Order: sequence, then structure tokens, then C-alpha cells
Amino acid sequence: MRWIKRGHIFDTAKVTLPLGCESFAQSPQTLLLSDRVRIFFSSRKTDPANGKFISHICWVDFDHAFENSMGYNSSEVIALGELGCFDEHGIFPISITQADDRILAYTCGWNRRSSVSVDTATGLAESFDGGKTFVKFGHGPVLAASIHEPMLVGDSFVRKFNGTWHMWYIFGQRWLPATEHEPPARVYKIAQAHSADGINWNKNEGVAIIPDLLHANECQALPSVAYHNGKYHMVFCFREATDFRTNPARGYRLGYAWSIDLNHWHRDDSFVSLESTDDDWDANMRCYPHFFVLNGKLHLLYNGNQFGKLGFGLAILEE
Amino acid sequence: MALKWIKKGLLFGPQMHQTPDWMDQFAQAPCVLDLGDVLRVYFSCRPKPDQKGQYVSYTAFVDLNANDFNQILRISDEPILPLGELGTFDEFGVYPTSVIGHQDGTLAYFGGWTRCESVPFNVAIGIAKGDKHGENFTRLGNGPILSYTPDEPFILSGPKIRKFNEQFQLFYIAGRKWIRVNDKPEPVYKIRLALSNDGLNWTKVNTDLIPSMINENEAQASPDVIFHNGYYHMFFCYRHGDNYRGKEKGYRIGYAWSQDLMQWHRNDDHVGITISEQGFDDQMISYPHVFLHNNKLHMFYLGNDVGRMGFGWAELEGELVIPEQS
Repeated sequence: MRWIKRGHIFDTAKVTLPLGCESFAQSPQTLLLSDRVRIFFSSRKTDPANGKFISHICWVDFDHAFENSMGYNSSEVIALGELGCFDEHGIFPISITQADDRILAYTCGWNRRSSVSVDTATGLAESFDGGKTFVKFGHGPVLAASIHEPMLVGDSFVRKFNGTWHMWYIFGQRWLPATEHEPPARVYKIAQAHSADGINWNKNEGVAIIPDLLHANECQALPSVAYHNGKYHMVFCFREATDFRTNPARGYRLGYAWSIDLNHWHRDDSFVSLESTDDDWDANMRCYPHFFVLNGKLHLLYNGNQFGKLGFGLAILEE
Repeated sequence: MALKWIKKGLLFGPQMHQTPDWMDQFAQAPCVLDLGDVLRVYFSCRPKPDQKGQYVSYTAFVDLNANDFNQILRISDEPILPLGELGTFDEFGVYPTSVIGHQDGTLAYFGGWTRCESVPFNVAIGIAKGDKHGENFTRLGNGPILSYTPDEPFILSGPKIRKFNEQFQLFYIAGRKWIRVNDKPEPVYKIRLALSNDGLNWTKVNTDLIPSMINENEAQASPDVIFHNGYYHMFFCYRHGDNYRGKEKGYRIGYAWSQDLMQWHRNDDHVGITISEQGFDDQMISYPHVFLHNNKLHMFYLGNDVGRMGFGWAELEGELVIPEQS
């Protein structure tokens, strides 16, 4: 059993990004269609007001063999929030769920704060045109901060298994104070919630489901779960809380856990230890992974160096 | 015939006393806890603004002689809660606060304030547990107990906790939209309700309780409910969406009644209290809190500048009845 790397299948340096976006193709996540795989990602524009980035959702279609790209979104996929709303300053990431003949999207909306850089929450949207564009449920989130998950709820990934809706997501535990070198740094963990309708969710209130490999300040992000060969497989990424942006030893890498019952998760990062060479696009960082099953094989999409500024790559598990 | 409130004047404000730096001015959103001989009144106050002109709010209490409200027995020497930690919902303010006796102690529900970039602030509702006399409180968690949902996207504030018919009711306000007035964002919010069996897990009713009378940009606050003579009576305040920091479009007190807590009949003509000709409440009048004490109904409320000078007192002359009974 080994991962066959298909390499850097979407390189932002070689394409013109939709919607006038300048760079980044972060958190690739799929919608499987009969003749194609639609890969949603977050790209960025600069906010003219202050030079800060704002993330917008785009998509690119590939054939099922990932040999040819078949086009992009030509119009806005989902609107950002209005003044003061949770998703006013960007949507990153977006995660698509197909269930009950519906196409739903769970978004992570960003809004900027003053003492810390940002807060996030999870929004819900639905597509009525086969996954080209999405309409939001209201102006607020479906999952937000709560008594023991005080901040930074986001990165939601939803699947309906055995009649129940399951969500894996992250919540912030705390902000570490600013230091001489860095602004305040956040610490977040992976959690799970369940729902009868995909809209109203029951949390476990502050229960982190994946044990830390590093230490209590390990930051865990982007859980993605697929059912394959009798097991539930979760891929995610994790990093140190500080000095993670440019120091490869402390930056994002891939983590993994498996479960039989969706309640107990067994961490085993060796499952996703891909080979690499020193000068690869993903040599210094691997983050924002996505699992999906296509043609009976487990597929992994992920971002490489610089948090996905360069685009994303693909690996396929050969068993 | 409308209700008739007899004004008794400004009752308490930091300026009237020697107070610590964190209680420099304001006594906002009064809320009474009846301790027998003592009436404990929670309120929110502010230190001087920082260099950017920004305020934080703390909640404190003042003890009044239950038989003579004008006699101040004690002013709390500490806020009932510190501000929240870095990046939490209540890092920049605990205001307003509503306290209720529960089991052997008390529960406090409060608006927690954070600061944002595109709009000045956001608010969510937190909870703390207190001792029997409501003196020492501890947060039950670092996050909010009531937060944002699809139809309540921001500014969950102004909690008023009640317990009728063995069920908890939380009356509060939820932001509807931010409008730009003179290039500044100003919030519009409406009165809402959530229900709970334990005070911790809440189900939002998800509807506006009180129709807007001015226009859709009317902002409503302080939904203060009392059960009396077989009816639920709500005293609240409302203002225009724009240019509301003065007399013409500033806060006034409104009234509504209900038999079931769900269907409310608004009738502001019935309220029987408005701004004065002169004095601390000659521009605006807001944040009413109505309570029964010694067989009389009393209202504590704010005047100009939403309580910068403190809160005032009025006493109801006659019965608290709904418009149809009068």
C-alpha cells in the first residue's frame, strides 16, 4: 500500500484565476459529478481599503482521471457577508456535501477583530444549479462560538453516514498573547457534532477528538473524512502555534486518524507520510487536505508550501 | 386611561459618590435582586475612555435600603466579573447584566462586548453563576451561552432573564442589520425570546416579538417583562435608526402586553412615562426595569446619554393593567 503522487495538478503560476483573484488556491474540496470532479478552493483578492487579503470561493473542473482541466466558474460562486456579518471578510474554506439529492455547502466565514486578527464561524448554503453557485441560509452562521468553544469555530466538513449527519470542525481554545516577534497566536482543535437535518447541530462542547502529537498548543485544522474499505479515514493538518509561517520545522504537516464507529479515533500520522524531494512544491509544508473516494480508490488533495499560494496537488492510494 | 408613573428623580450615578476609577461614569441597565431589607441593583458603568476614546463596561451593584430607596447602603468595590480573556466574546465589556435567583444561588446573564474592524463592536450573551446574595460570580465558560444563528447574525444583547411557569425565558435583542448613517455604521436590533428548562440550553423562538412602529430601522432594547394581574407586561425602549443620540430621535419607553409570552400587543400610548421638561431625562428615556416592592410597582430607568448620569426612579400610581382594562 502506498501513495502515488500525481504532483502539483493545479499550479496558480500557470493559470489565470477566476473572479480576478490574484493568488492562492487553498483547501481543495470536491463535488463528484458524473463526468467530472469539481474542485472548490479559496483564492484571494486584496481589500482596497487596507491592503489585507479577502478570500473568495472558486472552482475548477477536472475529468475523473485528473488529466485535463475542463473549466472554471465564470461568475460569483457564493457571496461574502454583508456589513458586520460573520463572513464579511472572506470564505475559507468551503466544503460540499451531497445528501438527500441536495448539494449543500458548509462555509468558514471570516470577520476581522481588533485585539486579535479574526474570528470565524460556520455558515450553510445550498446549490440549486448543480453546484455552480450557492445561496446562503440567512445572514448568520449555523455553528458559532459557544460556552466551551469560545472562538474560531470553522473548517466544517459534513457527511451523512447511516442516516445521521456528522460534522467535523475546529474550535479555538485560546489566543496566546502577542510576543516581541508575533501578534497573538491561536490554538484550535478538531471536534465533531451531529445533526438530524444538517442545519441544527449538537456539539460536545469543547471535546477535542484527536490527541495532540506535539503538546497542548498543537493547532489542528481541516478535518476531512471518507469511508473506504470498512473504515472511516480522517486526514487533517497540524502545526506549532507560533513561528509556523516560515519555519518548515514548525509549519503545517498532514495528520491522520481512523475509526470504525465514528466515535473513537485512532491517530496514526504515518498513514499520510508522502515521499518528497527537497525542491518540491510541497517540500516545506503540507496542509488543508481533503479525502474522497473515486473509482474505488482513496484520493488525497492538499496544499503545499506557503499555505497553498502555489495551488494544490493530488495523491492516490494504491493498495 | 394610560398608566401614570410618578417620577422620583435621579436615584444613583457614579458622579453622586466617591467611586473607584473603573466606575467613573454611567449606571446603565438597572436590574433588581430583592434581598429583603436590601434592594441590590446591578448596573453597568465605565472607566474614563482610552486614548482612542473607546470605553469598556463593567457590571457592579449598589445596595439600597428596601424601605427608602434614596438611602444608599453600599456600592460594590469590585466589578462582579472581570473582562474576558484575549479574543473572547466579552473582552471589552460586560453590559448589560440580568440576575435571577436559582436553586441555592444566582445566575447572571450578560452581554459580552468585543471590538471589530468594519463595525465598531459585536455582542453575545454569556452566563455566570453567583452565590445566594449575588455578590461573587464565576463564568460557566469562556464562550457565550447564546450566540449567532442564521436569522440572528450579530449583536445578541440586552438579556433579561425570567422564570414563569417553571420554565426559563430569556428576553434579549438580536441585530438585524448595520446601516450607514453619515458614513458610520449604526446597528438595528429587535426584541427576541429564547426558552430553556435548565437555564443553560436554549431554544430560540426565532421571531420578532414586538412590531416596529417608527419604520423598519427602529431599534428596540431592554425587553423587561413582569407578570401582574393576570397578564404579562413588557416595558422596553426604542429609537430611530439614524441620528438617535439626541432628543428628537432618541430612546423612548414603549409598552406591550401578552397572555402567553408569545403574542404581544404593542401600545406605546399606554406606557405613561416619557421625557421630562427638564432634568437628567429631558432628552431621552430608556432601559426600563419594572418590579413590585412593598405592594407598589416601581420603574428604574435611564435618562439622557443612555445613563451617563445614572438611573432614575418612578412609581406607578394606581394599578398595572392592560389598555383594555383601563
